[in-house]
Amino acid sequence: MSNETKSSSNIATIARRTFLVSAGVVGGGVALGLALSPNRLKIYGNNVASGDEVILNTWVKLTPDNQLTVIVPHSEMGQGVGTGLAQMLAEEMEADWDTVSIEQAPANNDYINSDLGRGYIVGEGAKIPSFVYPMLDFTFLQIAKGLVGQLTGGSTAIRLTGYHGMRRAGAAAREMLMRAAAKEWGVPMNSVRAEASTLYHDASNRSASFGSFAVAAAKFTPNLKPALKSPGDYKIVGTAKPRLDLPEKVTGEAQFGMDVIVPGMKYAAIAQAPVYGAQAVSVNDPDGAAEQIVNLGDAVVVVADSYWTASNAVRQLDITWEGGDAGMTSENLRTLHNEHLQETRHEEVMDKEGDASNALQSSAAVSVEYAVPYLAHATMEPMNCTASVQDRKCELWVGHQNPITARDDTAKALGLKKSNVTVHNAYLGGGFGRRARTDNVVQAARVAAEIGAPVKLVWSREQDMANDFYRPAIVSRMRGLVEDGKVSAMSHSYIYSDAGMPDSERPFAFQYDVPNKRIARHPYTSPIPVGSWRSVDFTQMGFFNESFIDELAHKAGADPLEFRLAHKSDVRHRAVLERLRNEANWGNPQTPGASQGVAIVDSFETIVGQVAEVTVEGDDRIRLHRLTSVVDCGQVINPNAAEAQIHSSVIFALSAVFFGEITLENGEVVQQNFPDYDMVRLRNSPLQDVHFINSGHAPGGLGEPGTPPVAPALTNAIFAATGTRIRELPLARAGFRSV
Amino acid sequence: MTISFTLNGEATSVDAPPDMPLLWVLREKLELTGTKFGCGIAACGACTVHINGVATRTCVMPVAAIEGADVKTIEGVSPAPGEMSAVQSAWLEHQVPQCGYCQSGMIMAAEALLDENPDPSDDDIDNAITNICRCGTYERVRTAIHAAARARREA
Repeated sequence: MSNETKSSSNIATIARRTFLVSAGVVGGGVALGLALSPNRLKIYGNNVASGDEVILNTWVKLTPDNQLTVIVPHSEMGQGVGTGLAQMLAEEMEADWDTVSIEQAPANNDYINSDLGRGYIVGEGAKIPSFVYPMLDFTFLQIAKGLVGQLTGGSTAIRLTGYHGMRRAGAAAREMLMRAAAKEWGVPMNSVRAEASTLYHDASNRSASFGSFAVAAAKFTPNLKPALKSPGDYKIVGTAKPRLDLPEKVTGEAQFGMDVIVPGMKYAAIAQAPVYGAQAVSVNDPDGAAEQIVNLGDAVVVVADSYWTASNAVRQLDITWEGGDAGMTSENLRTLHNEHLQETRHEEVMDKEGDASNALQSSAAVSVEYAVPYLAHATMEPMNCTASVQDRKCELWVGHQNPITARDDTAKALGLKKSNVTVHNAYLGGGFGRRARTDNVVQAARVAAEIGAPVKLVWSREQDMANDFYRPAIVSRMRGLVEDGKVSAMSHSYIYSDAGMPDSERPFAFQYDVPNKRIARHPYTSPIPVGSWRSVDFTQMGFFNESFIDELAHKAGADPLEFRLAHKSDVRHRAVLERLRNEANWGNPQTPGASQGVAIVDSFETIVGQVAEVTVEGDDRIRLHRLTSVVDCGQVINPNAAEAQIHSSVIFALSAVFFGEITLENGEVVQQNFPDYDMVRLRNSPLQDVHFINSGHAPGGLGEPGTPPVAPALTNAIFAATGTRIRELPLARAGFRSV
Repeated sequence: MTISFTLNGEATSVDAPPDMPLLWVLREKLELTGTKFGCGIAACGACTVHINGVATRTCVMPVAAIEGADVKTIEGVSPAPGEMSAVQSAWLEHQVPQCGYCQSGMIMAAEALLDENPDPSDDDIDNAITNICRCGTYERVRTAIHAAARARREA
């Protein structure tokens, strides 16, 4: 990513200039752009290219010496997105994988629609604006409609940008090259074939590299509906290509936002309002250690010549805060949540079949309450941003999940034109939803504007923990009735704060065949900020639904896995459970004396079933020995990277189940750093066994779907081991801890 | 004050406040940004480097304390330009990093473990490597350490 800024901005300039021209010569290479809907470009609106700007899908840069660069319009935050997308493109292009490299797309309008995920799907709860609809390719739209507000990452990049964009961009580029060769050689195009970045005309025994035809190929307009390969012919997709971003991640050379060095820059540390809504009304610097102090209202920033100096100085400041709700505590938040659970006036019925309300009046009905806490993202890299504001222009260096929003929010805050704000997107030291927000970015830009010099703003871990957009805490009431060994009715009511997930993803669905269902949410606005957290609403709903079906199975005296199968007709769900039964040795744990728990959740078009194998040592110490995952994500693009995403989702969820809870006292977040918001480490991470079912379906998401089943698989196993049903997380609330 | 020490094999002097943690001296004064800031209280291990061969968390280590010491960072792990250490090679072979932010510290901790214990058991690894990785690379970290241990023994 080291040269991204220079080369990418050149491409962008050419893209703007060459309306509907698909290519331009760039620094010795040729950029091939694929316009998805060239006849519908003149549509105006926020975040949409206007006037003569080209809406592009994907860029391919090809040099005369046959080096191929795929420009990736998604942020790299651990998921290996660039490699996966490049595999999809190179496959259709018939490129030689050894010639492929990747580059981060610039955050400007030329690339907005290229990646619906970036501009709209990733948006912070944004709905797809209706004016965008006609611009979208039809099939893309069908899926995109369902994904508004979902975070970036494996969950959208592969199944949207990759499946609908990159494949076509690669295939169209190949056709352009073949056409150029056919013209030059005076032969029919269908007699030219492409293989490993080489064009062949077998009859005349001629061949030439892709690169030698790059300039000629760029003169053709890309075909919007190029012929795509059959998955049976794939050579690159479906193979474990080493990730292209990893070499620089083992040498320390990878540049994260935190690592940016801008000549002449200052360092800044921040103290944000400890109580939500408070403002700094006076600031004194008793030691005079601060070079400069900037009062942003809801935060005070100290600027110095090193971060160490700035962070010491900010701690010494005497700040008077006024306003905000200093009375807020976790106890009164819980009371508020319980009140909203009882309050049905604004209830929204999300799903209804049969007449659950009537059926559940039976005295045999089960009624239980679940609760899950607020959770912080706690990315390894604390929030930071480097900004420079000179001559009504702003440059930002940051690892961000949504650089377009970062640009727009900064432009708005500083009163600049969007086109005068440049975002240099770096690697993200973890995102998980947190880095789709722009609070840190706008702060850095405002400080840079104020002091007239470039500045790197770094949040301490304590600031990061206390100023998050937390996963919403939810309380939930589930009711169910088992008759003749089957669930005849169920209902679910829960409180709801919008964390950015579109209803069309149906996170609330009870994914079992039950004749009488009623699912209703009680909307309220969380008094503390909430946002998307890996797998968004599916984490809470997965825990509620998969715990409850387990409770009903035990009520019916049935085996939990067989009971699930008995209530599922979806063939893919059934296949996952059946495979899981074998792979996990269901009923016969591989660890002597262990107990098993099962859970299965379908999210982001991917089905993940998991079995946890636990022992309980003493009365309260949980040892999770093994966690088996069976995954149907359709076509697997890169098996190695796919497995890593499941490993990752599982550990992320486990940290939350064991330790995760954000609480408030006196209006302030109590947790400060890793000791009191602890994480799973090597010693308490389980052996993981991951199996993929290649169901032949189009790719589903993979960055998030491994997370939702983890908590219920674990708590269901703890129930099997101890008879204690855990209805509230984290485990510490039920008196359990990790070994 | 001026502090002198050996950094990745080369004599180095730096002018810094004596209580400034080595982490910030490395990152800001010497512009070696491979060593990361994660927590500031030595809880996560992202800032791990070797001081006289011992894996040390540098976010709380005053630079004055390393006067005369031998310091090795992730930038100094490679045995020769363009080459990788056995640990780095195993890390690539097993595709360990995800976001990569904690991995410099993870690798430094692993190098120090293998220097001390050429054939660690799973328990040895679990006890020695207490670094936090939010991407959950732990399983591959364990596998890669075993692979690196084998490669170092066979070298």
